[in-house]
Amino acid sequence: MVAQILAVLIFLVMFLLIVMDKIERHIVTLSCGLLTLVLVFGIAMRNLNAIIETLNVKNIFTISFWYAAGSAEEASSGINWATIIFILGMMIMVEGMAKAGFFRWLCMKLAKLVDYKPIPLFITFMIMSAILAMFIDSITVILFLAAVTVELAKLLKFDPIPMILSEIFCANLGGSATMCGDPPNIIIGTALGYSFADFLTNTGLMAGISLILVVIYFYFVFRKELLQENGQKIDITKLPKPEDAITNKKEFAISCVIFACAVIMLVSHAQTGLTVAFIGTVIAVITLIAFAKDALELLKKVDYKTLLFFVGLFMVVGGLEQTGVLVKIAAFIGAVSGGNIMLMVAIIMWVSAIASAFVDNIPFAATMVPVITSLAQTQGVDLKTLAWALSMGTDIGGSATPIGASANVVGTSVAAKNGYIIGWGKYCKTAAPATILVVFVSMVIVFIRYC
Amino acid sequence: MEEKQTIIAISREFGSGGHEIAEQIAKDLKLNFYDRNMLDEIAKEKNIQIGYLEKYEEKPTNLLFSRRVGAYSNSIEEIVAEMQFEYLQKKADTGESFVVVGRCAETVLKECEGLISIFILGDMETKLKRIQEHYHLTRQEAKIKLKQHDRKRKQYHNRHSDSEWGSSKTYDLCINDSKLGIEKTVHILEQYIKERML
Repeated sequence: MVAQILAVLIFLVMFLLIVMDKIERHIVTLSCGLLTLVLVFGIAMRNLNAIIETLNVKNIFTISFWYAAGSAEEASSGINWATIIFILGMMIMVEGMAKAGFFRWLCMKLAKLVDYKPIPLFITFMIMSAILAMFIDSITVILFLAAVTVELAKLLKFDPIPMILSEIFCANLGGSATMCGDPPNIIIGTALGYSFADFLTNTGLMAGISLILVVIYFYFVFRKELLQENGQKIDITKLPKPEDAITNKKEFAISCVIFACAVIMLVSHAQTGLTVAFIGTVIAVITLIAFAKDALELLKKVDYKTLLFFVGLFMVVGGLEQTGVLVKIAAFIGAVSGGNIMLMVAIIMWVSAIASAFVDNIPFAATMVPVITSLAQTQGVDLKTLAWALSMGTDIGGSATPIGASANVVGTSVAAKNGYIIGWGKYCKTAAPATILVVFVSMVIVFIRYC
Repeated sequence: MEEKQTIIAISREFGSGGHEIAEQIAKDLKLNFYDRNMLDEIAKEKNIQIGYLEKYEEKPTNLLFSRRVGAYSNSIEEIVAEMQFEYLQKKADTGESFVVVGRCAETVLKECEGLISIFILGDMETKLKRIQEHYHLTRQEAKIKLKQHDRKRKQYHNRHSDSEWGSSKTYDLCINDSKLGIEKTVHILEQYIKERML
């Protein structure tokens, strides 16, 4: 009991400190993680095994961590090293691509292909945002897309806010389509042993249908602004050429090949048996070899703070798991739903969506994975159904407010720094109804397909 | 010989008369003066409504309604603050000498060799009297206003600085202008500044 209270207290303090943003969040999670190890496992439980299981280091040295024939399940307890290694690998690859000018080139190329016309540009950038976010973290996608949108807006004299808002939404939506698109999906996928194809055929389908609806929705919401802008005549010969974005042709070609390899490895990992930890490591190593002379620079640019944030977070969630708090939460959801799977799905999806709209969805997803696992075991429901509900709820819910997801923060920040301030009202007016629409559509799909 | 750059960063308690002192020093030493007026130029450059910037300037960040991801924050208060910091840094980089009030200038421009940082404080009674006269308030209303403003200034400053607002360690000089009055305080500060300018 004491251990449970301590674990919950540490978790709540961690959440509060993350929201307060006074102390850097990786320091918060690492300190709280350490407190979990010492106070919860060491003093209250006197259980060395719980510490070993939470640190989960042994797992890295097993063959199944790197190569898993058939469906392999990570130890869901403790630090999810596969997630951390995969994100690290992707970060290094993305840094290489950015250095070569890939993202800017892609944005400019597509803008040129649609003759810089606002409505085609608006639709193309939304779709590109969703597709890129399926494989690359949404922060990077929005960072480049929003910057190019602002640049084009200044040159073509249109208001970039409608485009940035829809790009942000589509980046979050695209992220929900795959296992590697959004951190909650990586956590869910690695913890429960799901493949890239599992996500693509389930959450991917929901995201695909939602994307069509969302493009139509944003078009109708912003059509007035977009049609006004259509009348502007601009000399397109004065616009920056896509080729100018490429800083080094050789590096550009290499980064395209590495990206293609990463996509192929991810899409086929269920067949090849290569785990995401393996894929992340291979991508990182190839990128570092290819960019040999700039390898140190790429390594320095990696966001280690986010990786450390994950390490600490998994330790704190491990505290909740080992003390049985999460089983109690699962039992509570089971009791409230009375064993009705539709009600369970609705609760998981909407609670995840509402929570993710206001707090970081990563701690939420990490906490909920053991909850749905326990729920599936005790209530006899299909774990995958609950996993897809959790994935869509956490990934999409974050789109509702400017603070719900990292892409929202980065996109609105880039816009504001350039003089296009997007307040809560302006953001939520269009994004909140779109979020409700997508969560609702996803819920209906889950009901029809799995319940 | 090229004139040495001097940047006088004046922070102040609400109602202390620090703003008036800063304005007088700028006038006497023939230096450009930056306070809220820098928003005009920022608004023009970024094509933003001035009212919008004024609403969020020198305000503490609303932690519940904003988030930071690496170097990116979507707090409008922080973005407006960063715009002002960038503006001050650009001015300093051109070699211009000027007087600036508030805006964490002593932290933002700490690398500038010619920076002189001053904190103006005052006795409670004198400050309340000044606020009452200036805003036509009762003593109680003035007290509330003073507390609110100083709390917000402190939060704003400490959010963007490693050092404490109003702490003697943060500034080159701290002075209570209630003791000698504004005119004599200006005189003393100008003497100090001139010594530093040598």
